[in-house]
Amino acid sequence: MSSTVVVTGFGATTPLGGDAATTWANVVKGTPGVHALAYDWAADLPTRIAAEAVVDPATLIDRVEARKMDRSTQLGLVAALEAWRLAGFGLDEENPVDPTRLAVSIGTGIGGLHTLIGQWDTQREKGHRRVSPFTIPKLMANAPAATVGLKLRARAGIHTPVSACASGNEAIAQALDIIRAGRADVVVAGGAEGVIHPLPVAAFGQMQALSRRNDEPERASRPWDKNRDGFVLGEGAAVLVLESLEHALGRGATIYGTLAGAGITSDAYDMVAPDPEGRGQSEAVRLAVRDAGLQPSDIKHVNAHATSTPAGDVTEAQSVRAALGDATDGVIFTGTKSQTGHLLGAAGAMESVFTLLALRNRVVPPTINLEDPEDGLGIDIATTARELPAGDLAGINNSFGFGGHNVALAFTNANVTEA
Amino acid sequence: MATTEQILAAMGEIVNEVAGIPVEDVKLDKSFTDDLDVDSLSMVEIIYAAEEQFGVSIPDEESKNLKTVGDAVAYIERATN
Repeated sequence: MSSTVVVTGFGATTPLGGDAATTWANVVKGTPGVHALAYDWAADLPTRIAAEAVVDPATLIDRVEARKMDRSTQLGLVAALEAWRLAGFGLDEENPVDPTRLAVSIGTGIGGLHTLIGQWDTQREKGHRRVSPFTIPKLMANAPAATVGLKLRARAGIHTPVSACASGNEAIAQALDIIRAGRADVVVAGGAEGVIHPLPVAAFGQMQALSRRNDEPERASRPWDKNRDGFVLGEGAAVLVLESLEHALGRGATIYGTLAGAGITSDAYDMVAPDPEGRGQSEAVRLAVRDAGLQPSDIKHVNAHATSTPAGDVTEAQSVRAALGDATDGVIFTGTKSQTGHLLGAAGAMESVFTLLALRNRVVPPTINLEDPEDGLGIDIATTARELPAGDLAGINNSFGFGGHNVALAFTNANVTEA
Repeated sequence: MATTEQILAAMGEIVNEVAGIPVEDVKLDKSFTDDLDVDSLSMVEIIYAAEEQFGVSIPDEESKNLKTVGDAVAYIERATN
């Protein structure tokens, strides 16, 4: 059994586009996805901006099916079906995938929050007889993964890593393990999140975690900038089709890149604050490079976690340097949350798509709003779209989450089928 | 007071909304599960939508016996008239 795992499909529905191609085109251009929240409930909140998915997923799903799904699941299903079709699969019985060799791993940070709170509102206002019988299957955190698994008839297991803002990356790391262990040939993996609701906006606000740049939404998410004041809540989903190289070659699939390795650590420091020394982050990057069989000098690109919070961004720059050493000088960094906002449990998956396409298309999407960088960052950050060199390329996608979760993924352009 | 036809028409709308069944297929002799393929959770939604629409109470021990559209229409007719 080959231990090489390749990407044969990808999909995304995000604040920059309703599919991966539109999202990618916009992220390369540098497109702010953050806007004012035009809801009455936002009026008296300290943060009145967010990055909403531009295409309502419910408009793309059968009406009766859609009403049995939370928004987070709808987003996840749309991204998964896009990835599935791009991989050359359909929804009929004739798929060249044995269902007993097909698994799903789709993470989420929070789960079906709109359903949970909406049904509690219904119960208080109208009584328990009006609570939807679909409440539990809609709100449970594994609903996006389970819905995708049912749709694709996956029989090799359905998984839902929940590790806050690292969930998407952890789901992809788990898929890598599943294929390497020989438990599946194909894993549909990613993340989904849809929690733009007054409670999370208020609650993240109480943590002083959100930007309050309400008068300039498009300039609010500004990783590494001296004037950053918090992250911007986003929503969306992204999904990869991961496949053993043998299986992909056997069916003549188009290969978009290789998921070469993963590194997972935990800070053992604090529930919400990153370890200021970044030891766990650094070790995750080191482990991902080693797991991929790469050297630090092979890494040409890092899609940073870079959320635009005062505490996190600088630590990450230092922790990557601690992991890669002088090879950091040859890395082009980007913080795409400057455009997309922070998709929480979907962030790692969306940024995995960005990392994959950056290597395949040899272009790093820009970090927007970086007007006055922190002093002494010591990293090369793309503020316009930047070309990557010819030849073999490897990149790292970092995701870190409340709880002290650190997950670094290493992608390469090995095995890519020319488009 | 609602007539059988009015209740049937309203049930057709509810079943369509919840389960996507065409209104014209919702007939008195149709079984919710066997003919219309309504799953058990959707059936609960249909019952509570009917309760809300007609201002009646259909207790769980009664709703179990409503196998066909006609059973439901007859129950609602008795409860409202």
